[in-house]
Amino acid sequence: MYRYDQYDHQMLADRIAQFRDQTQRFLAGQLSDAEFLPLRLQNGLYVQRLAPMLRVAIPYGMLSSTQMRKLAFIADHFDKGYGHLTTRQNIQFNWPALADVPEILAHLAEVEMHAIQTSGNCIRNTTTDQFAGVAVDEVEDARAYCEIIRQWSTFHPEFAFLPRKFKIAVCGTQQDQAATQVHDIGLYLLKNENNEIGFRVLVGGGLGRTPVIGSEIKAFLPQEHLLSYLDAILRVYNREGRRDNKYKARIKILVKETGTSAFRDKVEKEWQLLKDGPLTLTNAELERCRAFFHDPDYKALPTQSSALENALSTDVLFASWYEQNTSAHKKPGYTIVTICVKKTGFAPGDLDSDQMRFIADLAERYSFGEMRITHTQNLVLADVEKNELYNLWQALKTRDLEADNLGLLSDMICCPGGDFCSLANAKSIPVAEAIQRRFSAQHLREIGQLSLNISGCMNACGHHHVGNIGILGVDKKGEEYFQISLGGSADHNAALGKIVGPSFSQDEVPDVIDKIVNVYQQHKTPGEKFINTYNRLGMEPFKEALYGNKSDDHTTD
Amino acid sequence: MTTRLIKSGTLVSDNWVLLGAATDRDAVATMHDRDVIVPLSFWLSEQDLISSRPSRTAVWLNSNETPEAIAGSLDKLALVALNFPEFKDGRPYSSARELRQRFGYTGEIRAIGDVLRDQLFFMRRCGFDAFALRDDQDIEIALTAFNDFTDAYQPAIDQPLPLFRRR
Ligand code: HEM
Ligand code: SF4
Repeated sequence: MYRYDQYDHQMLADRIAQFRDQTQRFLAGQLSDAEFLPLRLQNGLYVQRLAPMLRVAIPYGMLSSTQMRKLAFIADHFDKGYGHLTTRQNIQFNWPALADVPEILAHLAEVEMHAIQTSGNCIRNTTTDQFAGVAVDEVEDARAYCEIIRQWSTFHPEFAFLPRKFKIAVCGTQQDQAATQVHDIGLYLLKNENNEIGFRVLVGGGLGRTPVIGSEIKAFLPQEHLLSYLDAILRVYNREGRRDNKYKARIKILVKETGTSAFRDKVEKEWQLLKDGPLTLTNAELERCRAFFHDPDYKALPTQSSALENALSTDVLFASWYEQNTSAHKKPGYTIVTICVKKTGFAPGDLDSDQMRFIADLAERYSFGEMRITHTQNLVLADVEKNELYNLWQALKTRDLEADNLGLLSDMICCPGGDFCSLANAKSIPVAEAIQRRFSAQHLREIGQLSLNISGCMNACGHHHVGNIGILGVDKKGEEYFQISLGGSADHNAALGKIVGPSFSQDEVPDVIDKIVNVYQQHKTPGEKFINTYNRLGMEPFKEALYGNKSDDHTTD
Repeated sequence: MTTRLIKSGTLVSDNWVLLGAATDRDAVATMHDRDVIVPLSFWLSEQDLISSRPSRTAVWLNSNETPEAIAGSLDKLALVALNFPEFKDGRPYSSARELRQRFGYTGEIRAIGDVLRDQLFFMRRCGFDAFALRDDQDIEIALTAFNDFTDAYQPAIDQPLPLFRRR
């Protein structure tokens, strides 16, 4: 994992002093609400429905046991004992007091964490695939590049007041689990024919009101030019992105209005000025950053583990968890474990402080003291010995962390919605729970891999556009309704879902999902995933199941 | 009619007169003995008048105007002012950097408009070297802004090397 040196520490110390002073001036009436707003946002502080909300960055998802314990401490001392994992590898606390925030930031700094630029119109936390460094199919470990981007973007003096927020994702694996194509900039690591490392660069992806899949503007950017090229994109966006209308301010709109090829030309022109300048990455810097992500001290283990085989043959519940929640690891004898934070009856992605401490201990015991959080709001122990899996699973069971539904319909992405968020049209957490309760474990397994994403409004924090099934909270004459879309996907073949038809009341939603699933189960060929069946059949049979002939009577909203 | 201006880390008095967007020839004529900062449109359309003035003329750009527009006359300009219509408008940061980086401008770049204490550090990094603070800003507090950070990761005008080339 990346470790801070004196420069990184100083940077955080300066930031905390700055924000402490700003908060004091705000509380003393010397800074107006409007003037304080972007300052607090750039320190992760929203003011929400019930209280301020603090969003803490977990850069590219990596978290140490020490850091996790600190998050638990913060949850206990400054919040109501829990935190919420987000789709952008952050953790949110829903109840801190404004005056405490500088102190919380000081606590975070002790463990090399911060809330810098986790909100506001600036470059946000850079995210990546949670299997970086351990995936069997990796092109190159994205984390060193993410750290390089983190440093470049932190307090970038030119880009602190962009037209709108700006999100970057980097993917170095074959199976994109980082929703890279729906980011303002998506970077895919590649190797060219000479085995040199570079990036395929996409711009203008995003969700929100106007969902867009990013467009390629560079097929191969040699790695040393990463930062100068990013600088060039950001400068074009900063100058030309729309500032007259908040809903048209994201780079996706600029790219659409300009046209991809004209946009590319503008970036190239800007880049000529910056290219080969001081931002050019040096080998020394690349090596320095890569060294933080070298393999831990893996043991030489046989591929098979008899302890594991025994447990699998004697304990069906364990076998079911193993089948669903573990993934192949690049080292023999090791496994990647995903702890699915989606147990029915618990808000998706919420962890209480006991669980945090418990997982921190497990990570220390079983996975070199590190864990990762995923954009699907789950947690990963990336380096678990197969021999230890049964012990780990038994431990997880003692803290409600053994949910064996990873990747299944009940492993939903779900935003905080109307329970917490002042922008919500509808509550999303109760809908998630009602759906989870509708399906038995057996049934979920028969349905197989299916992503279901729920957002409480069109801001799309819950990624509903890219769920195989998407649920969006809408307001219909003051009542909470839910619009269903089908066919979305966030992987390498990213796709935006299409709305099926008129929206449904909250009570109807579980039935609706059931009907959709039935259509799939009736029509699927053996082993075919939901998304593939949908792509083969199209919308019609689903529409028919939901509306029969009635759909013409409604107006689509 | 002096502006409260921060320059080179101290408060200085300053005699440039800033003329608003609606400036016309008559207004400039009555100011013939004063150094004035005119809007871009005036600068572009009234070069004859400007070159006949006995005192100095500078130009200010609004946030939607780019330095390219004055690229040809930068060697004549002792000062370019960049306006922040509101402090959240980040375009002037790029304009300042472009003036320094692309056009090699070495004269004064002055921040005008909604210029607040909490943005001064980043402004200076981007090449601003004079700051006409909004009237209500406390000068003593503002002067501390330049010490907000000890160092920075990125290269900028104040520090041409990124931290990774120095650490
Ligand atoms: C509760 C407080 C929250 C508020 C007020 C909020 C607000 C917003 C707004 C206004 C947007 C739309 C931005 C735009 O289109 O330009 C947005 C998008 C988004 N938010 Fe949130 N959000 C909140 C919580 C969350 C949480 C908890 C997550 C993660 C689970 C999240 C993840 C996202 C993502 C992924 C997007 C879409 C990004 C995109 O448009 O490309 N947000 N949020
Ligand atoms: S999608 Fe809407 S309701 Fe959900 S967290 Fe985002 S802004 Fe709030």
